[in-house]
Amino acid sequence: MNKISVIIKREYITRVRKKSFLIMTILAPLLMAGLFVLLPILMMNQEGELKKIAVIEDNSDLFKGVIKNTKDAEFVYLENTKVDDLKKTFEKAGYYGILSISPVLISTPNAVQLISKQQPPIGLLQYIESSLKKEIERQKLLSYKIENLDEIMKSIETNVSVQTIKLDSSGSAKKTSTGIAMALAYLNAFIMYMLVFIFGSQVMRGVIEEKTSRVVEVIISSVKPIQLMMGKIVGIALVGLTQFLIWIFLTMAAVTVLKNTVLQKTGQAEITQSIAHNVMSEDQQATITAKTDNISPQLAEFSKMFDSAMNQPWGLIILCFIFYFITGYLLYASVFAAIGSAVDNETETQQFMLPVTIPIIIGLMVAMGTMQNPESSVSFWCSMIPLTSPIVMMARIPFGVPYWQIAVSMVLMLVTFLGFVWMAAKVYRTGILMYGKKTSWKEMWKWLRYNG
Amino acid sequence: MALFEAKNVTKQYGNQLALDNVSISVPEQCIYGLLGPNGAGKTTLIRIINQITGPDSGELFLNGKKLMPEDVQVIGYLPEERGLYKKMKVGEQALYFAQLKGLSKAEAMKRLKYWFKKLDIIDWWGKKVEELSKGMQQKVQFVITVLHEPKLLIFDEPFTGFDHLNTKIVKNEILSLRERGATIIFSTHNMESVEELCDNITLIDKAKTILEGSVDEIRSKWAANEYDLVFDGDVNIEGNGHYIILNQQKESNKSIIRLKTTSDINTNDILQGLMKSGSLISFNPALPSMNEIFIRVVETQN
Repeated sequence: MNKISVIIKREYITRVRKKSFLIMTILAPLLMAGLFVLLPILMMNQEGELKKIAVIEDNSDLFKGVIKNTKDAEFVYLENTKVDDLKKTFEKAGYYGILSISPVLISTPNAVQLISKQQPPIGLLQYIESSLKKEIERQKLLSYKIENLDEIMKSIETNVSVQTIKLDSSGSAKKTSTGIAMALAYLNAFIMYMLVFIFGSQVMRGVIEEKTSRVVEVIISSVKPIQLMMGKIVGIALVGLTQFLIWIFLTMAAVTVLKNTVLQKTGQAEITQSIAHNVMSEDQQATITAKTDNISPQLAEFSKMFDSAMNQPWGLIILCFIFYFITGYLLYASVFAAIGSAVDNETETQQFMLPVTIPIIIGLMVAMGTMQNPESSVSFWCSMIPLTSPIVMMARIPFGVPYWQIAVSMVLMLVTFLGFVWMAAKVYRTGILMYGKKTSWKEMWKWLRYNG
Repeated sequence: MALFEAKNVTKQYGNQLALDNVSISVPEQCIYGLLGPNGAGKTTLIRIINQITGPDSGELFLNGKKLMPEDVQVIGYLPEERGLYKKMKVGEQALYFAQLKGLSKAEAMKRLKYWFKKLDIIDWWGKKVEELSKGMQQKVQFVITVLHEPKLLIFDEPFTGFDHLNTKIVKNEILSLRERGATIIFSTHNMESVEELCDNITLIDKAKTILEGSVDEIRSKWAANEYDLVFDGDVNIEGNGHYIILNQQKESNKSIIRLKTTSDINTNDILQGLMKSGSLISFNPALPSMNEIFIRVVETQN
């Protein structure tokens, strides 16, 4: 046992002392955060070019001015132009496309066409559709001849955002947000995938390094192969956990800072408001309410999100994460170690990597699907099957998973990982001393059954 | 008494027989040569002694007791292919291997300082292994091997990569290790060093033992009735019914002659005849070099 700890210590210290570890630990969260901020911005800017669209109506001007210009699209109403004429020249005239509206639209929904050379973005179509729909509804309402219709319309205009409330078994309700759960699921699955993959392949590279530099022969004459393999795997796992804990710590620090600065303000606003009620005259009160109303909406939205983020089962998430990281990592790392032991250099690993990578990729893909539909049977089964469960289960947990499912998945995981470690150790023991031989799956299967 | 014994060791890899019923017996405080052409099975035997791998059949004894996994503490192994972590610093690495052999950190540190100073490599302590030359790396590896003062040392080709000066230094260290009580198994192709260092040898070819015994005995057994004569001045000798002349040459006013007896004649009788030819300076049985024996034995086997 003492020797294993010497090995673990070396594996841990040589890695943690590397500059790349420090850089990764600090940079990775920044990169992740950057990704989350940048990606939406990039996606929004994709259609940054202003699209000029010619709108032509057949013999009427029912929809003139209905579709308002946006920052992405400008709608130009052309009168006395035939669609067929413009079809040939619209590109030269600087138009992105032609929107042709027939007056029968009010009765038949398909009477609108958007003609363009490129596939128009979905956002543009949705915008046109909803604008036209609103107008048609308005026109239809108008036909009922209701008095003061405009005012009525204004007063009923509302924005709805659904607040989801999840009941847990004890019946207490928690405010949750699907958006937060999705983000969290994505983050969980992705970090799990990254950690298992990055640290798993670090194990493989370590094994190959020892094999090619022949260090292994010196070490194996002092310790058992399984001790060396487990020492390496555990040492690298500790590196991963260290990194993970530093990340959690940094996040918690960031959250605390956020809470004490930004969110403080909403609290203050509410207080001033209630004071206003008691002390001030009605006029003053009105002005202040108006003021606070001005700052509140965004902050209120933010604090709502913050609340529901805090309502996530953080303890469970972190515990499960650590469990699935350790077992999932051990499972894959031992397979990676076996592969590393079977080859002479890194280029030879490819043929073995593919079958190992596939379950991880499937796991990630199912996890992405899980965010759309956490209750699907694919998600359920993949969160039970040990090869994919670390990633998929972590994506499911933010949406709420019955405890028995977590338990079953964990037990399956434990059993499988023990089996994998056992098999990997057998392959490793033989492979590590085998040089200059092209290894095949069949060969590895034979090593599994060697004794001594 | 034999410090280490292997009895009827057989090992098979797939269809290939690596060791076929090989036995060796290594006396205490002896330097034991393990010889043989490439692929003969030497490395397999060494790995079995180190318990890196196990034999299919056969038994191993250390000090008369069955070899146990704990015995790795009293064995030191210098593999043919040097194995050091390239990116690790020399001192740290030596400490690491010493601890794997069961030394405490403080003790390992003390001994390392001693050896590093002795071999004049203390300046490299903080350097990365990849910065060292091959010979330097080998010195470090040598220190790592002997550091825990094992009773049984196994050197696989210890001199490759060393220049003459360092070969001599390491040779002397090996001899003084034996003086201090260590027993050494020494695998090599370099027959000169066998004659210089080894007390006993085993020659393995194609998984089988084909020659074993003490170096002196083997050499005189293979001497095959050949004698070296040196005469003062220019002397010519012709063969007769009792002997034939294999070789004659003149060198700085001396005649060097090798003859081979062909009958059961007594050496005194030959000498009497020869002394008439000129003034004889020396008369020695011609011991074949280990290299000659090695080649002859392997060839006759084939």
